[in-house]
Amino acid sequence: MKISVQREEFDLNKEIDLLRKDEKVGAVASFVGQVREVAMTLEHYPGMTEKAIAKIVEEARTRWAVLNCTVIHRYGELKPADPIVLVAVASGHRGDAFAACEFIMDYLKTRAPFWKKEQRAEGARWVEAKSADDTAAERWQDPKRKAG
Amino acid sequence: MKLTVRFFASLKEQLGRDVEEIEVPAGVATVAALRTHLMKRGGDWQAAFAEKKLVRAAVNQEMAQPAAAIKAGDEVAFFPPVTGG
Repeated sequence: MKISVQREEFDLNKEIDLLRKDEKVGAVASFVGQVREVAMTLEHYPGMTEKAIAKIVEEARTRWAVLNCTVIHRYGELKPADPIVLVAVASGHRGDAFAACEFIMDYLKTRAPFWKKEQRAEGARWVEAKSADDTAAERWQDPKRKAG
Repeated sequence: MKLTVRFFASLKEQLGRDVEEIEVPAGVATVAALRTHLMKRGGDWQAAFAEKKLVRAAVNQEMAQPAAAIKAGDEVAFFPPVTGG
């Protein structure tokens, strides 16, 4: 399991290749989130951020057969189309990989301490949390979603 | 008792500080009580912690509900709802 909170850009191919080295892996599902249209600064809570992500990954491992997983989240100043976050999950089969990847992303949106500040022409503005993100995270609490 | 209190994002800007070591009366034993205690400072504090405002908290770097207990030496953080990912 690799968790990194960093300023630098990540190399998607390199991260996926690392997960694919294990011969037990039959599927790698990945998600990349990027900056849409408006430049932003991302702040986080050093120390807590890494712990919060680790907890989310552990929760995913109790629900699905996850062989390995990489979560990288950037902070600092980011331009439009810059990658922000990578979640990649390696599993024996695609069902577990897809589900765990989506779960980790949904939980990260509502439980990892990051805050976005958009640098708009009319001035800087903190992004407000969306209730849709809460809804996305809550649907995993339905017991029917626990199996892969 | 002594606490370390941290502020993030819009709350940090509004209050003009990111961390503060504070001494609180023993009766301030929960996250909610600490919020009320800070709000009593008035001005920006009153506005930042007003009841209608969505303020989240963490105790010792774990997300915490308003009823969560706090004790001497704890690190308590206040921040707006998160917007990462």
